[in-house]
Amino acid sequence: MSDATEQLIDVLVIGAGPAGIAAACEAAASGCAVSVVDDNPDWGGQIWRAQRREGTEPQAALWLDRIERTGVQLLRGMQVVGSKGPGELTAERDGEICSLRFGKLILATGARELFLPFPGWTLPGVMGAGGLQALVKGGLPIEGKRVVVAGSGPLLLAVAAYLRKRGAEITLLAEQAPLGRIIRFGLSLPMSKARQAVALKRSLLGIRQKNGCWPVSAEGSDQLESVTITNRRRRWTETCDYLACGFGLVPNWELAALLGCDVRGGRVRVDPMQATSVADVYCGGEPTGIGGVDLALLEGQIAGLAAAGRTGEARQLFPQREKARKFAAALDRAFALRDELRELASSETIVCRCEDISHGALRPFTSWRDAKLQTRCGMGPCQGRICGPAAKLLYGWSCESVRPPLLPVALSSLAKTVGGDSDGV
Amino acid sequence: MSGSTCDVAIVGAGIVGAACARALAAAGRRVLVVDSHLVGGGATGAGMGHIVVMDDSPAQMALNRYSQRLWNELADQLPAGCEFETCGTIWVAADDEEMTEVRRKHALFAEQGIETFVLDERGLHEAEPNLRDGLAGGLRVPGDSVIYPPTAARWLMDRAQEHGAELLLGATVVEMDGRGMQLSDGRRIDAAMTVNAAGSLAPQLTAGLPVRPRKGHLIITDRYPGFVRHQLLELGYLKSAHESNADSVAFNVQPRKTGQLLIGSSRQFDSETLDVDPPMVERMIARSLEYMPGLEKLSAIRTWTGFRAATPDSLPLIGPHPEIPGLYIATGHEGLGITTSLATARLLVDPLLGRPTAIPVEPYLPARFLTAA
Repeated sequence: MSDATEQLIDVLVIGAGPAGIAAACEAAASGCAVSVVDDNPDWGGQIWRAQRREGTEPQAALWLDRIERTGVQLLRGMQVVGSKGPGELTAERDGEICSLRFGKLILATGARELFLPFPGWTLPGVMGAGGLQALVKGGLPIEGKRVVVAGSGPLLLAVAAYLRKRGAEITLLAEQAPLGRIIRFGLSLPMSKARQAVALKRSLLGIRQKNGCWPVSAEGSDQLESVTITNRRRRWTETCDYLACGFGLVPNWELAALLGCDVRGGRVRVDPMQATSVADVYCGGEPTGIGGVDLALLEGQIAGLAAAGRTGEARQLFPQREKARKFAAALDRAFALRDELRELASSETIVCRCEDISHGALRPFTSWRDAKLQTRCGMGPCQGRICGPAAKLLYGWSCESVRPPLLPVALSSLAKTVGGDSDGV
Repeated sequence: MSGSTCDVAIVGAGIVGAACARALAAAGRRVLVVDSHLVGGGATGAGMGHIVVMDDSPAQMALNRYSQRLWNELADQLPAGCEFETCGTIWVAADDEEMTEVRRKHALFAEQGIETFVLDERGLHEAEPNLRDGLAGGLRVPGDSVIYPPTAARWLMDRAQEHGAELLLGATVVEMDGRGMQLSDGRRIDAAMTVNAAGSLAPQLTAGLPVRPRKGHLIITDRYPGFVRHQLLELGYLKSAHESNADSVAFNVQPRKTGQLLIGSSRQFDSETLDVDPPMVERMIARSLEYMPGLEKLSAIRTWTGFRAATPDSLPLIGPHPEIPGLYIATGHEGLGITTSLATARLLVDPLLGRPTAIPVEPYLPARFLTAA
């Protein structure tokens, strides 16, 4: 295992996306020994994946260039799986477990897509919007394929633009939020954001876009063949090879919870310096609440500065962060999910894919834990990462429990991995 | 509302409380069950769920056997979600000394009319190919079963509710005697009798109960159907797990109907939090790999802990409190609460109904500890 994993790291950053890069840059500039862990092979996280190769976003290029000049080590292809107590994490790479000892820890674990169950959503060919984009970036041939992009949020626009550029035929881009709300949001944008929006809009020219509509079912015998869309007044069917579907993002709070940080309402609670409730553990970016790249960069910078003891400089970024938070809140309102989306699943629709638990089986329960105990919902290999957020939206349950290990590990590795809180099944 | 009245108020909606509620409600008593959490949310939900005959004492064996018979009578009624499966147990003997124990056990079980089969090295290998080579043999007990405890507790509670029992969840009992209970929200429950079935928390409500929390760890794997066919226990299990106050681990693997494997077991006194203790997990895994090296490649998806309610003589406390009229005790089942829940309910209820008990109740009476010296 790498030498960095044997030494004490001043500032350990988990996640090499925008927040993690910004945090690492600031901490390294302060003279700290910094290491960054990411399960991907390169810098960038989900949003700047492959940007080093493709280089299409100036903001990404700037930060990627900056992090490379710091010489900060990226522990590539490494996943944090557990904690052995304060100041020590365990991680896995290529089936090997190693120990990461740190002075300060910055969690920049990003977000994942929110999936909502509807009839047919488990068919092969129905993918997460970001997930399909990642696969195409990784080499999945998409040229000439018909793709419906559906769900909610700005990510859909970026995914549609990217897939089209790679030769896909985007037959429909369906955004559930009503057009009026999006227009009001657009008009409220500051100039810089408005310019970005116009540029994005231009890259989508010629794509059939509809607002206020959403998928109600996916059809196909053993592979996706078509998607039924509704705008409440009418339903229609779109034939397609892929449905790229996402209903926004949800924070990755699991590691923070495992460490005992205050996690409520599905996000990690931090103070103005991005410090969590656990000493020497900071958090920035999407885990503290979905806010997009700009907010992630600012929160990452503040966390990096604070971890390095430069709180005065961190404070200078507060006004910008406040502005970015306001923008995030406006975005959140503009793309708020409509109530109809809670009604898509039929009794037979699977909600927990790991354990094959249907909507009908879950509906009678009053809490996530009761449902887990009685049905094993959320107790499969993904440990509720997919169905937890869906259950939260569908049933209003709070689903913030985590058991070690954070990710499945070989039993031989488990002994070196576990630790942290646990309160039963 | 300021309070309520019933014939029997039970604190604890684990499998023991649920079984008692079912038996009492079926006998026509107006039953109220109170739990601060969920049905089967404590040790019941954290446990492995075996229905097994252990023979560490004649009284233990009699209770296990009686209760296993009661489970077998229910088997046809249990819904699929309870995952009741008579997969049998194999007691694994590592060496010749333990084979002597196999033969002793075989003779003892035969005396009690329980069918068992002595396995030599080859027989053991054929029964469980993933055990390591070179083990001496084992004893196969085909009549033992496994069950998924939370749904089993829920099923028993549903039957109680069908007979009119009421269930009050999310309510914390702060005080109880033989005539009722006081809840933390100020409500009072009056009852003709009460049952303390609060597991390892029981002494908080009834002073002097000789029950201590004994922490256990479990690991569950992803699905590997057929990797293990029987519940497997090392013969040193009783030696290492029951008879000492020190922290201990023992090889214990159980196949679930889902194809998942449950891997145990650990026993610890004096650990006050439910945190997973890395050194215990490490020891547990090391012990498992000694017996079943192939486990090392399997994917572990979750670890957790729970508190067993342990008594000094490893027998539960079942029956009236000798000094508090109206108060009954049903706890102290340690690692055998799933197995013995049904018998516990019958031993508690049959005397109340003027019926003879199927086995003598004396070994389990709380009076063995609580009578003034």
